[in-house]
Amino acid sequence: MTPVLELRGIDKSFGPVQVLHDVAFSVYPGEVTALVGDNGAGKSTLVKCVGGIHPIDSGEYLFEGKPVQVGSPRDAAGLGIEIVYQDLALCDNLDIVQNMFLGREHKRGIVLDEDTMEEMAARTLESLSVRTVKSIRQHVSSLSGGQRQTVAIAKAVLWNSKVVILDEPTAALGVAQTAQVLELVRRLADQGLAVVLISHNMNDVFAVSDRIAALYLGRMAAQVKTSDVTHAQVVELITSGRSGDLGLTNGVPA
Amino acid sequence: MTTTLKPAPVEGPSIAANARGYVERVRGGDMGALPAVFGLVVLCAVFSILRPSFLTSGNFANLFTQGAAVTVIAMGLVFVLLLGEIDLSAGFASGVCAAVLAILLTEQGMPWYVAVAAAILTGAVIGSVIGTLVAKLGIPSFVVTLAAFLGFQGLVLLLVKGGTNISIRDETILAISNKYLPPVLGWVLLVVGVAAYAGLQLLRARKRAGRGLTADPVSLIAVRVGALAVLGGLAVYFLNLERSRNAAVVSLKGVPIVVPIIIVLLLVLTFVLRRTSFGRHLYAVGGSAEAARRAGINVDRMKISAFMICSTLAALGGVIAASRASSVDPNTGGSNVLLYAVGAAVIGGTSLFGGKGRVLDAILGGAVVAVIENGMGLMGYSSGVKYIVTGSVLLLAASVDAFSRKRAAATGMR
Ligand SMILES: Nc1ncnc2c1ncn2[C@@H]1O[C@H](COP(=O)(O)OP(=O)(O)OP(=O)(O)O)[C@@H](O)[C@H]1O
Ligand SMILES: [Mg+2]
Repeated sequence: MTPVLELRGIDKSFGPVQVLHDVAFSVYPGEVTALVGDNGAGKSTLVKCVGGIHPIDSGEYLFEGKPVQVGSPRDAAGLGIEIVYQDLALCDNLDIVQNMFLGREHKRGIVLDEDTMEEMAARTLESLSVRTVKSIRQHVSSLSGGQRQTVAIAKAVLWNSKVVILDEPTAALGVAQTAQVLELVRRLADQGLAVVLISHNMNDVFAVSDRIAALYLGRMAAQVKTSDVTHAQVVELITSGRSGDLGLTNGVPA
Repeated sequence: MTTTLKPAPVEGPSIAANARGYVERVRGGDMGALPAVFGLVVLCAVFSILRPSFLTSGNFANLFTQGAAVTVIAMGLVFVLLLGEIDLSAGFASGVCAAVLAILLTEQGMPWYVAVAAAILTGAVIGSVIGTLVAKLGIPSFVVTLAAFLGFQGLVLLLVKGGTNISIRDETILAISNKYLPPVLGWVLLVVGVAAYAGLQLLRARKRAGRGLTADPVSLIAVRVGALAVLGGLAVYFLNLERSRNAAVVSLKGVPIVVPIIIVLLLVLTFVLRRTSFGRHLYAVGGSAEAARRAGINVDRMKISAFMICSTLAALGGVIAASRASSVDPNTGGSNVLLYAVGAAVIGGTSLFGGKGRVLDAILGGAVVAVIENGMGLMGYSSGVKYIVTGSVLLLAASVDAFSRKRAAATGMR
């Protein structure tokens, strides 16, 4: 199976600090790939490179097997990559519909087509069986953390995208909503999308993922099938970068 | 998960529900136009009681021509304030553009439309330079426009050759602030305007209801249209009264020509902000520049455009000011013009923190500023007192802005 998204040899520095070292990362359609790693391992940075928020210093970026240049969020969206960022990236002063269509408004001529956008937003939220939001015309600032998270996810699934990346989507959620998001993650993958889930919760990771990619200090320690590893092995990969014959030897993946 | 979005009721929420929603929003810190409208009513009542001459047709017409330039400049400032930026040079930018206008008209003998086009172009160029410095070099707009404030002050002095003034004799330009619509035309425009407003509102409600979306109930639309018709009707009636001391010699009546100009600006700019993706993106950048960037919006371009719109409207404000004074001198666009314009936008409800504001705010706030200036002038107060009072009102408005922000944060509505 060819990965829909493949990164090879990605380096990324912020000034003198190199955050990503020679990272390889593959994402497959119809699968949930869990991206794990300790705080500061570089997960969010990797995702922002994928999304065109940060330019990569060097390395290859392949989409559906072809090398592509992703220099801006628009490029990534154009390929069909949608990202729910850890820091949510919603505009507090806009309402739910406005946020969901931000940057990609439906128009008739030059006039915004509010009615169509409202209908589509309502339908998407309904399909995610979103908990009671009073009105989809209320400002995002008046939503709870979990509701905001749902809006961000709804925004990502609205676009019939090919790759959906969720950066710690359940961190702020209660038990019921977490279960709901995980269920959604699984559902998206079953519909044929490639889903990347970043999470610190091993139970969640093992519950929904098909593959696990472990970052350790900015290096890809291992990318393995979930069914081939145990909890303990993944924890070891996260905390020390290696586990048995898996992982890094002198900073180089086995 | 239980409740999803319920199928939207076809007949939208009742007037009562709308009113409740409004009260809730105000409680939550989103006061909108409330302080400005309240202030306007109180000020007008006080001045009418203390100085009956305040409530004459002549003075009413005066209010519009007096406040027009500041109001138009404030409309432009709304765009910059929406991004959380400021343009301190808007006043003198209007002066520079007015000087360009006067030089072309009087010294070069150009036709009025060439001169106006040149003034507006000057404004656009000024705005694009300021915007580029702010967006591309990342210099705080406060500093860039403070420098421009000084620079333009000097430029006006140079353009009008130190201290003198250039008088304007072009009939068309003078008409803007000194001539009036024929009374009949005032009524016709009002009727057409109200009918168009009613028609658009009804059409929109019908379309939304047809698609099963919440629509405004007809009763609410009727209230809005009625209010517009009554207020507009009173204003036109009042302005159409004869206000010449000697009507046999020269008749003075009708709506000042600046009024329809301002209304057209209000409609066009409100359309841009509310109904186009450009406007939507301006609000987004003001709310969270990073979120806007991640949505693929070119934040730099939005900033440059906002400063261009601001300076272009400042140019129009300069043309109006030149028309009213029938001349341009080194003080055109100077002294209190900028502070009045910023004050107008903020008093009207536009936030200094970005992300919140409407073009209508500039008009409401501009009215407050004009009423203070005019009323206190009638009461015989000196400029000193007027400045202090206007300054206090601006401070009050900024406090309301900061307070409502805090309150909104506390109630989780921002
Ligand atoms: N814009 C930036 N400028 C400089 N350094 C940055 C920047 N963004 C991230 N870093 C650094 O890069 C490293 C990796 O950060 P990143 O946010 O990718 O970690 P993470 O794996 O997502 O962690 P967490 O689990 O806490 O979210 C950290 O050391 C961080 O300080
Ligand atoms: Mg992170």
